[in-house]
Amino acid sequence: MTLDESYLAYPRRQRGQDIERYDWSPMEGRAAAKLAGDVKLAVSIVVPIEYFPLTPSGKPFRHPGAMVTPYPDLRHYTTRDYGNRVGAFRLLKAFAEAGVKATFAVNAILLDRSRPLIDAILADGHEIAAHGLSTDHIHHGGLTEAEERAYTDKTRAAFEAAGLRPRTWMSPARQESTRTPDLVRAAGFDICLDWEFDVAPVGLRTSCGPLVAFPLLSELDDRTLLTIKNHDESRWRDQIIEAAKYMRDEAATRGAECLSFTMTPYVAGQPFRMWAVKEILAALGAIDGASVVPVATHVDNFSTGNPQQ
Amino acid sequence: MQPDPNLYDYWPYKDRPRIVWPGGKKLAFWIAPNIEFYEFDPPTNPLRPSWPKPTPDVVGYSQRDWGNRVGHWRLMELLDRRGLRGSVSLNVAMCDHCPEIIDACKVRGWEFFSHGIYNTRFSYGMTEAQERAVIEDSIRTVESATGQRIRGYLAPALTHTERTLDLIAEYDFWYTCDLFQDDQPQPVKTRSGKLISMPYSLEVNDVIAYGVLAMDPWAYADVLKRHFDQLLEEGEDSGTVMCIPLHAYLVSQPHRIRAFEDAIAHITSHKDDVWFATGAEIAGHFRDHSWDSTLADISRRGLLRPGTGFGGGAA
Repeated sequence: MTLDESYLAYPRRQRGQDIERYDWSPMEGRAAAKLAGDVKLAVSIVVPIEYFPLTPSGKPFRHPGAMVTPYPDLRHYTTRDYGNRVGAFRLLKAFAEAGVKATFAVNAILLDRSRPLIDAILADGHEIAAHGLSTDHIHHGGLTEAEERAYTDKTRAAFEAAGLRPRTWMSPARQESTRTPDLVRAAGFDICLDWEFDVAPVGLRTSCGPLVAFPLLSELDDRTLLTIKNHDESRWRDQIIEAAKYMRDEAATRGAECLSFTMTPYVAGQPFRMWAVKEILAALGAIDGASVVPVATHVDNFSTGNPQQ
Repeated sequence: MQPDPNLYDYWPYKDRPRIVWPGGKKLAFWIAPNIEFYEFDPPTNPLRPSWPKPTPDVVGYSQRDWGNRVGHWRLMELLDRRGLRGSVSLNVAMCDHCPEIIDACKVRGWEFFSHGIYNTRFSYGMTEAQERAVIEDSIRTVESATGQRIRGYLAPALTHTERTLDLIAEYDFWYTCDLFQDDQPQPVKTRSGKLISMPYSLEVNDVIAYGVLAMDPWAYADVLKRHFDQLLEEGEDSGTVMCIPLHAYLVSQPHRIRAFEDAIAHITSHKDDVWFATGAEIAGHFRDHSWDSTLADISRRGLLRPGTGFGGGAA
């Protein structure tokens, strides 16, 4: 086997990024970001409301949490469904008790199927974001533009039909094609949760205007920490609280920062984990200068030292 | 392909000639931040996909970019506070992409060594001419950006060919971080040059600790302290080396970096016994003071095997 000489050609070896979506801007030496009021730490809890079909195509890979055993995998289907029936309501109650507003990122296919949950989320004043069609509609480079545009258009149409006009988008599995930001912006979304390259919101360039990347930390993903890395609840709690305290302290010199992480209903909403959920919410509420509100609220309150497209 | 690389001779840990680090120190400690660029849409190497997920992997790409935009500065401030210099495992294209980082490291007297051009360009399948081009590019790029002649090598994404170590030895590199057979340096059996294997460690590498071994921030800090304590104790008999290989996109995460600093504080509290050095300083000292005695000891024990790595580097 030999490698073609093109393997040693570096056409994008230049200052800054190797893509046009956004510009290189190191934290050191730039203007501090500011948030309205005295807020230093913009905390957002993202709650994925996901639909896992019994028959996943697995294209281009199985979404985290997708079916595992030979068909019919009732064990995983119902475990996931538990989140939308029970766990999400438990989280809603804990959020209400703590006075916290979150962002619920909903697979469009659930808008009809789980309408009572949607109504409960809306009644409590949380943000509803679009999370694509379902976990089996992953955006990726193997789709044609027409196929992918159908995903974003159908998602938008489903939310419209449900009487909802979400601004915030999260791709299923946070996977994209090279054109996803263009299609998402074209479908009327102006905030995206797939990119996590900064501590503040940054506008991505798209073919139809800016799409604000709001960083959601994959390293604090509850499904990963609790079900894949097998951290116990106290360590999950400790890591989120430590992140919040560290960033709050750093914000004193670096400017306002965002901390966003997931609470997945079938994971965080288990009965034996609710004590940790409640302690996380209480600890975040006690941090001076932290505000726990939906992503879109933070985005509107930010002015950053980052170049905006 | 060969079943035995023959890059070094078997050399048991017991009763080796004593290594004494400068100032009579027992342990040489170095810290190696990997400063990397992962391309958004790199060309594909037939032997390994560029990204574990289908390209583009926007979470993976943006998290690694976060390491450069945010994480690097947190880690550098921490090392400043603790009085430590980094030895940078550098994807040398970073000199072009993010010169602010290179300048900040240079000002602090950090060392640079090559970790290839990009972490998304693998050595598998390269011809000798191509591999030479990567090495020459590495030397030229870092020299032009920093004035430093690089002396160390860690193959990009740990991808090698049979001739990699022969080539870097020929270009007068002093150390490779690609071999994990020991906690002390050892001469590498290359066709030419004077190359040592430098203890670098995958065991306490943050990628392995946080990722593969799924450690929480405090567990990793405990591991680092215990690793250090054991190697320091053994350094009474003969000087040991401890390296902490790092990636800012992982260790500088807001939930991890203070626990990590706690481990560093433990290590830097042992100033009387520890030589805080860079990779090239450790390699230089070993080459000057322990190269000959090591070879003599291997020979005396009857463990010297003929030839050099991969039968002389034919590939």
